[in-house]
Amino acid sequence: MIAISSTGNTESALSDPRFGRCEYFALYEPKTETYTFIENKAQSASGGAGIAASQQIIDLGAEVILTGNLGPNAYNVLKGAGIRAFRTSAVLVSEAVELYKAGRLSPLDEAGDAHAGMRKGFRGGFENK
Amino acid sequence: MKLCILSGKGGTGKTTLAVNLAYTLNCAYYDCDVEEPNGFIFLNPTAVSFEETLVDYPCVDYSLCTLCKDCVTACQFNALAATKKEILLFKELCHGCHACSLACKEGAITFRKRAIGVVEKGIGHGIFTARGVLNIGEPMAVPVIKHLLKQLKSSEDAILDCAPGTSCNAVTTLRHADAALIVTEPTVFGLNDMEIAVELLNHVGLPFAALINKSRGEDSLITEYCSKNGINLLGVIPFSKEAAIAYSKGKLLLELPEYKLAFEALSKQLKEAFAWN
Repeated sequence: MIAISSTGNTESALSDPRFGRCEYFALYEPKTETYTFIENKAQSASGGAGIAASQQIIDLGAEVILTGNLGPNAYNVLKGAGIRAFRTSAVLVSEAVELYKAGRLSPLDEAGDAHAGMRKGFRGGFENK
Repeated sequence: MKLCILSGKGGTGKTTLAVNLAYTLNCAYYDCDVEEPNGFIFLNPTAVSFEETLVDYPCVDYSLCTLCKDCVTACQFNALAATKKEILLFKELCHGCHACSLACKEGAITFRKRAIGVVEKGIGHGIFTARGVLNIGEPMAVPVIKHLLKQLKSSEDAILDCAPGTSCNAVTTLRHADAALIVTEPTVFGLNDMEIAVELLNHVGLPFAALINKSRGEDSLITEYCSKNGINLLGVIPFSKEAAIAYSKGKLLLELPEYKLAFEALSKQLKEAFAWN
């Protein structure tokens, strides 16, 4: 199962470059090609949102996470659980899945800045282009 | 009497007031702004003793742990995570509350201690001085403040130099005080943050008074607010370049004659305001 950090609860929503404080996780099951959506319980945590969100991803049984950035704590939890992470830009959830299936997403193999999703106002976590 | 000096806004002159008042009143000085304590620069204590502030963190005995995750669920600070192989701990987020071990049915959690800061004590300018210093990178200041204020003796008079703002750091210090003095500056920011500090003081129910620092003679913003809200405004400390120079050299303002007089007058008014014998 593939998890995608998402700004909404449909596959046509934008994926969310923030991990710990995204609104929803989209869960894509490749065998059935279907989506389910789960609220990110860590979204409004006062601290440790990345850790709690990672725990939720582990508990949901996802093997892969597609997101924009992982802070050092989230990175370590997901790595410890053997979940592979890939970097997406701000594309639709369905597009992120297609890019992943086509092998066109690069692995997130190092942790980004802590609290990246808390900066830059509503564009939090988006890379400046 | 334990008098807390707070401000709401940072940079209004809490430490300047606190060290000069402590010296004038000949009472103890406690620097509770453990994230950036700077009172020692002015009181320059010698023969300083050190004691580490220790907090608990959990350790898992994997011969007992079943990876049931009850500890992870119990943690209100997201300091724990469970994978299929182990429990991960993020020490900086742990508040040492022991909820994880209470939740653990297997008794697999024990505690070790780690240092997050230090409490320092010494004599400076003839008065007892103490401060807490939070280690760089540690996010949690309250245990260091509590450790520092454990040193307070019930019989002693003390000035508690508070952290800016109205967060847990300020609240923890206020819990050890009998009265409070708000130091503000005659600016819109000074007033805004003073209003928040007043709200906090009314909430905790401490008697308090206010003082304007860095006055350039136009204080109506603060004086009107105080008279409208029945706040005892004890006085005004003027701004001057000489004071700024003395401060920048780590000197007490008391070395300047006009400030010495101002602090003596303020000390008298403080004692009257809070019936401080």
